[in-house]
Amino acid sequence: AQAMAGNQATTRPITTGTSVLGIKYRGGVMLAADTLCSYGNMAKYKNAKRLLSVNSNTLVGASGEYSDLQSISDLLKANALADRCTADSLYEEDNNEECAKEVWSYLRAVMYNRRNKMNPLWNDVVVAGFKQNTDGTTSDTPFLGVVDKIGTAYEDDILATGFGGYIALPLMREKYRADMEEGEARALLEDCLRILFYRDCRALNRVQIAKVTKEGGVLVSDPYELDTFWDYEGFKQNKGSLGTDGGW
Amino acid sequence: MASSGSGYDLSSSTFSPDGRIFQIEYAAKAVENAGTMLGLRCRDGVVLAVEKPLLNKMLVAKTTGRRIHTVDEHAGVAITGFVSDGRQIVNRAREEASSYDETYGTKIPPQTLASRLSTYVHYFTLHGALRPFGASTLVAAYDPATKKHSLHMVEPSGVSYEYFGAAAGRGRQPARTEMEKLAINPKTSASGGEEELITCAEAVKQLAKIIYTLHDESKDKPFELEMSWLSEGTGWKHAGVPKAVIAEATVWAKKEIEEAEDESEDDEMEE
Repeated sequence: AQAMAGNQATTRPITTGTSVLGIKYRGGVMLAADTLCSYGNMAKYKNAKRLLSVNSNTLVGASGEYSDLQSISDLLKANALADRCTADSLYEEDNNEECAKEVWSYLRAVMYNRRNKMNPLWNDVVVAGFKQNTDGTTSDTPFLGVVDKIGTAYEDDILATGFGGYIALPLMREKYRADMEEGEARALLEDCLRILFYRDCRALNRVQIAKVTKEGGVLVSDPYELDTFWDYEGFKQNKGSLGTDGGW
Repeated sequence: MASSGSGYDLSSSTFSPDGRIFQIEYAAKAVENAGTMLGLRCRDGVVLAVEKPLLNKMLVAKTTGRRIHTVDEHAGVAITGFVSDGRQIVNRAREEASSYDETYGTKIPPQTLASRLSTYVHYFTLHGALRPFGASTLVAAYDPATKKHSLHMVEPSGVSYEYFGAAAGRGRQPARTEMEKLAINPKTSASGGEEELITCAEAVKQLAKIIYTLHDESKDKPFELEMSWLSEGTGWKHAGVPKAVIAEATVWAKKEIEEAEDESEDDEMEE
């Protein structure tokens, strides 16, 4: 089952975002991503928001094709609105919004379905928020999960997509503790984003951090720039003359 | 009844010799016999109120048979008459609102929503195979582009107008008289400003009072008062009026009615 005759299926991403990082901490979950959307080799959109809130207690972030992220965002927001309209009660306190785990499960169905039609949404989507209690209310237990373009769904305490999997994840795993304070988690993520900017040629030092907490709901920061330091010996050294392969 | 249909009332695609379509009038009758529904455009928002008769003592009243529905974040709809017909109108309103947002990327303007529902309801008055909707609909909505809130009512014939205050159902005639006192038309009032209108908080009490005044304990079934608002206070989002506020308004309304009765009793005794 390909795309309809006359239309083509997605075969390659065009406008792309790089790594998204996620980490649980004491009281919530935090996501981080830079604000660059590359157009192949060109750093085209330097203020693109890749972290968004879907309802009052769920955050979503994605790497890969930006237009597909926009489509996913529209879909999830329409779902949230439809839930609100068709809820049993006119009162917010009686109603339950979809929790992050439900959004993650739904996305898995969407992504897998598209993959089976050989026309994927070319993204790795990270979902952050809380789980659901058996009575339907939002739980206190933080939730962090990822769904990839072929519909693989995975949840963990620390996640990273794309290049972040190679460079940031080992650093995050080393520093992670279940009861990390918000400040520690943020410092860790910023450090990872900085290192990604040094090493990933599709990354930028203009970044966004977002968090979800039980009391405060969803908070997405405005984009801001990270300081960088280029005077490390390792950066200045002429690696070509070392007699090795000239790399790292 | 004014005239019997005598053969011209069998189909909604038939005019009578005096230019009426009886099926539409009969549909309006279905609404006239149903629970009272009120809408008031206030200074800082719109309030909707519906008298929901509790048909059966065994009914779980809280969520069953809701008359007021959220149609989009910025728009809410109240229905009276055949509730099942009303449900179809509500669903259509939701579809219109979401498809408008998907197409144009903005919230559907109130006037547009009312006119889409109008067209939809009217369609059912044109076909012999279909019957008109036996429900009237109040649309309360806010337009983020013009920053104006408004109230519209769509009737079974498919007409829709914008109102300062609107009423449908059993008690609509006396309700309109009472609401006129509250919803002064800014263009015709002497000082002419929006400041003349009451606030939503005040309207909740006044509409509760109107509904309780019109409700006849002996004749009508016991009822639940459903109210919603869309105001500056709710961030222009359609939401149910908090139950505590409705309860307070009910207490105030009953007290006012009692005091008015006592006064009129005193007057009678003096004679």
